[in-house]
Parts: sequence; C-alpha cells; structure tokens
Amino acid sequence: MRTDPGRGARGRGSDAAARLACSLLAALLAMVLAHQTARAAEEAADGEKAARFGADWRSWHANTDVTDMPSVQRGARNFVSYCLGCHGLKYERWSRLAEDLSIPPDLLQKDLLPPGDKTTDYILTAIPPKDAETWFGKTPPDLTLMARARGRNYLYQFLKTFYLDPSRQTGANNLRLPSTAMPYVLSELEGLKRAVFRDVPSQGEGGQPTHEQVFDHFEIIAPGRLSESEYDGFVRDTVNFLDYVSEPTQAARRALGVWVVLFLLVFTWLAWLVKREYWKDVH
Amino acid sequence: MAVKTATGAPAPLPAGGTGQPAKKGFWAWLNRRLPVDEFITTQMTGYLAPKNFNIWYFFGSLALAVLVLQLLSGIYLTMFYKVGEGTSFDSVEYIMREVDYGWLIRYLHSTGASAFFIVVYLHMYRALLYGSYRAPRELLWLIGMLTYLALMAEAFMGYVLPWGNMSFWGAQVIVNLFGTIPGIGPGLVEWIRGDYGIADATLDRFFALHVALIPLALLLLVVLHLTALHQVGSNNPDGIEIKEKIGPDGKPLDGIPFHPYYTVKDLFGIGVFGVLFAIVVFFVPTLGGLFLESPNFEPANPLSTPEHIAPVWYFTPYYAILRAVPDQRMGALLMLLAVSAFLFLPWLDRSRVKSIRYKGWMSRAALTLFTVSFIALGYLGLQPAEGLYVVLARIFTIIYFLFFILMPFYTWLEPVKPVPERVTYHAH
Repeated sequence: MRTDPGRGARGRGSDAAARLACSLLAALLAMVLAHQTARAAEEAADGEKAARFGADWRSWHANTDVTDMPSVQRGARNFVSYCLGCHGLKYERWSRLAEDLSIPPDLLQKDLLPPGDKTTDYILTAIPPKDAETWFGKTPPDLTLMARARGRNYLYQFLKTFYLDPSRQTGANNLRLPSTAMPYVLSELEGLKRAVFRDVPSQGEGGQPTHEQVFDHFEIIAPGRLSESEYDGFVRDTVNFLDYVSEPTQAARRALGVWVVLFLLVFTWLAWLVKREYWKDVH
Repeated sequence: MAVKTATGAPAPLPAGGTGQPAKKGFWAWLNRRLPVDEFITTQMTGYLAPKNFNIWYFFGSLALAVLVLQLLSGIYLTMFYKVGEGTSFDSVEYIMREVDYGWLIRYLHSTGASAFFIVVYLHMYRALLYGSYRAPRELLWLIGMLTYLALMAEAFMGYVLPWGNMSFWGAQVIVNLFGTIPGIGPGLVEWIRGDYGIADATLDRFFALHVALIPLALLLLVVLHLTALHQVGSNNPDGIEIKEKIGPDGKPLDGIPFHPYYTVKDLFGIGVFGVLFAIVVFFVPTLGGLFLESPNFEPANPLSTPEHIAPVWYFTPYYAILRAVPDQRMGALLMLLAVSAFLFLPWLDRSRVKSIRYKGWMSRAALTLFTVSFIALGYLGLQPAEGLYVVLARIFTIIYFLFFILMPFYTWLEPVKPVPERVTYHAH
C-alpha cells in the first residue's frame, strides 16, 4: 500500500496538506479496522447476549424531511467531518451550501471550509483519485447526485448495514451493497456489529441440494460513541443533507409551484367563463 | 397613403386584396402585401368545425401547445448545454443548479417530452375511436403518423443528450436494433454511431439532429397536417360529414367557426392541462422514475450496465414486443411492424360507419382488447423480461397484432347501428 503523503500533495497548494492528512486517515482507518475486526470477532465468539436487530432492514425508510433545516445543517456538519475525506460534492459550491443552509460566513470559514479553499469553490475531496483507487480498489464516488440516483432509503440502509467481515480486505461488508469497497468508517460512532447468518437449504445448479447463507440479524459486539438512537439520527441527518445537495432547488421548486398552480387554476376558471359565454350562441 | 420605392417613385399596387372595400391605414397597407386577413378568414373565423367535439378533441391543440413549449424551453437549454462526452452531464447539472430558473426550464422540457406523448397517444386514440383516419382523411392520418415517427426519433435522441448512464445504455440497445438488418446491419450501426461504440461522435450528431433537423421536420409536418385537416374538414364523434348537410347560406348546418368557439374552448383545455402539467413539474418532476429515470443521475459509464435497461415509458409497449420474441431479428421486425401497423388503418377498416358509437360489438371488443394490450405492454416493458412477464408480453403482443390483422373481417362482418342525419349535440 502506497501511503507516501508527499505524492498526493504535490501540485496542490501547501494548504491542502491538512486536507490530505484527513483523507489519509480514512485510508489508515481501513487498516486499523482490519485488526480490530479480528479482535472483535474473537470477543463475539464468546457468545454473550447482544441485542438482535436488523432482520427487517430491507423495509427501513429514511423518513427524512429536506425542509427540516437543523437536520440538514447537522447533516452538512456530519458530511464534512466524516465523508469529505474521500467523497466530494463536485456540483455544489461552499457559498451555495452556506446560503441555502443559512450558515453565517464566519461559521462557514471556521467549521466547514477546508483551509485554503475559497467560498466560491466547489466542494471537492482532497483525496487524489489515483491513490484512492490504489487504496480502495476504486475511486470513492462523488455524492452530489447519489440521493437521486439511488434514493434516500438506499443511502439510509447502506449506512446502517455495515458489519464486520474478516474475509474482506477492509474488514467489513455491507448488506445493501455487498462487497462494498468502502471501509466501516462510521464504526467509531455506531460501534462494531456482526451479522448472523443462517443456513437455508436450497437447490444449486443442476438441482443438487446445497446450502445458502441468509442474513438473520445483527449483533452489536462493541459499543460506539453514539447510542443506537443517536446513530440513527446521525444517519438520517446525513441522508437528509445528501437529499438536499442532490437537488438544492427542491424547496424553491415546491414553493413556487404552489403559486403557479393557483394562478393556472384562476386562469382556467376565467377561460371556462369565457368559453361558456361564447358557447351560449351554439344550439 | 403613398408607398415609395427605393428611387422615391410611387409603387404600383393592387387595390384591395380580396375585393372588399379598400381599407385605410397600416392594416390595409399590410394586407396588400401579406394576406393576413385572408389567412384569418379562411383558416380561423371561416374554418367551420363540427359543433359536437367532445373531450377527445382537446388533444390536437394541446399537442401544438406542447410543441411550442418544447421549442422554447429547448432553445433556452441549448444556450447552456455543452455537448460532448466530457461536458454534457456536467452542463445539465450546471443548468439544474446554477442557471437562474434553469431547473424549471429543464423540468419543463423533460416533463414536456412525456406530456407530448401522452397528448399524442390520446390524439391518436381519438382517431381510433371515431374513425378519423377513414376517407377522405387518409393522407391527414399518414402525415400525422409521420409526425409521430419524427417525434419518437426526437424523443430518443433528446434522451441521450444528458449523457446519463441510462442515456448511454438506452442508446446502445436502440441503435443496436439496426444491426439486426441482414447484410447491411453492422455497417449501418457503425455509420449511425460514427464510432465503434456509442461515443462522443454519436452524442454530437444526435445533438445536431435533435435541435435542428428533426424539429424542422416536425414543424413542416405539423403545417402539412393542419393544411390537410383544413382541406378535408374535421371529423367528429358521430363520424358523419357536416359538409353533407348544407344550410340556406351555403354553409354546413352543424359547423361553427373555429375562432372564436374552439379557440376559447381550447384555451380552457390548455388551462386544465397546464394545472396537471405544473403539478408534475413542480411537485413530482421525476414521477417516481417514469419521466426521469434514477440511473440517469449517474454519468454514462460504458463499464457499468444498469441493473435493468428500460426505455422511457412512451417506448415501452414496443420494447415489450421486442423482448417477447426469442429471436432478436424477429423481435426487431415485429417492433417495426407494431409501430407501422397504424399506417394501414385507413385501408384495414372496412366498416360502413366511422364512429365507434355506431360500430358493432366486435369493433368495440377489439378496440377494448387493443387498449388493454397496449397499456399492459407498456407496463411489461418497464419490468424485467423474465418468467410470467414474458408469457404475458407474448399474449398481449398477439392480441395487439390481431387487432390489425382481423380488422377487415370484424369491421365488415358485424352489424352496425343506423347513423343519425345530423350530429348529436346538446346545448348547455
């Protein structure tokens, strides 16, 4: 694994070094996790009773509301803290974000804007795409339109169905996107959980009886910094923010739509009156 | 009023264009040079339409309204859209996010595409109901069908322009259909694409065709369609000719001037349509993936095939027919036949009456089955081609074609009801 910090920083402003360090942390996390995984799996094997959940993960709904501004704001903070290291929002400018989310300029500078970035810059990740591909096997996708491409529920389920899987290079796997290249970056908050599978007899190719591993439930085996409901709120806020960013004009669209429809209703009513008046002559 | 030539000498002009008393002022000046009055008289106030039009007769004027909307919104989009495989997707997002009201123009255009097909399908269905394709309106029908084919080409190429992943793979599937033509197929596909795959060259030429050639063809066809309509006169829900019942003034008894009666009525129709259209544009612009498909929010990627490729809803009846046939070449042929079968309607319908109101039970049953099949095929074209879906698609494909193949027989055999002397109209 190539992790020479000098490589990626070359060609970008020296201010970007801090951002780069952040993104490298995400990559390092993957390695750390691989070790954690092995340890946690051993602990889990001791078989202590953990809360079972997740059997119904396919029906989980994001239930977000893009007009809930505090939630979108928290989501923006979450994104900058946990996602921006690897994922960009290349169609959204910092200034647009601040304007739409009512973030005061000094707060934007202090808490969100990466050092060296201008407010009119697009929200880009500092991770060099080539290196990211070497580290993760693929370049982490830009997330601007992900909520429109995959849907909010998809994102919600994706962020909530990571589990430890020692067979994966990152030490983790995902139910929504099996064999995902993304490491279990939010485990620090969610805690570590493992997936319990059950054997289901099935018919293999050629009709021979075989067994299939079907997901049964999750077990938390090490608590994270957030409680279960806090983590759920964290994910919802983040998904809500990604929903906003996938179509920043959506609130304005609905607001304008009310007036346009009202105008057209009045217009149609007047047109009806005119039509009726003219057609009185037709027998 | 003196009109001067370039040299200052008075120009000789014909006095009073149409034998009316010579008017004075600008209007008269204009009409001696351009037959504005004459056009309005013959095409609007003097064009007599049957007075018994019902709700089905709104869709012609609505199609014209949507055409204007598409032209205007399209021109606006062209000012910001940057064609090219590296720029198309980004420029559409630029329009959606950074151009003032760009999102509105884009949604008007994308919703307009679907709305165009909705009103055109209903407009065509009106002709099926009331026999509007029958003599003397065969050519009117054929011109209309050519317009429909041009619209399909326009919509398909427009769909490719945002260069999303479904744009790319949709283009891949549709263009490859030409490859099934024996002999020239593979070469033809390469010629259409301008490359060995769907690529930048394909995108560029589709842009040229979408914004210039096909819109021009559409406009010409619409002018021809209206000219042919005004030559033969409109049909009506009773399917009888109003020109056969002339009053003492030499005009059809059941005709009323298109303007003002139908202009004000159509204005009301445009209002109702506008409300429904605005609800989609402002509140559900993707209509759950029917008008704008989710995979198209990811840029075109030749290495990543969408889970299942489906065209936009207005092509899915034909797409279902294509996939219902195991052999791809036969499927493509059947698809072509399904689209072009409408061209033969004027000669397939042998009924003594035009309107479904007076046709027999067989015609009614056939049209009902056809309607169900068309809608069912449209639904099945959106579903994956597997299991029961394929079986159903085959059944409905057979019914679809039987509607046309058996038409000469059932329309000729069945007893029909007596047709009234005058159109059915109840004053409100």
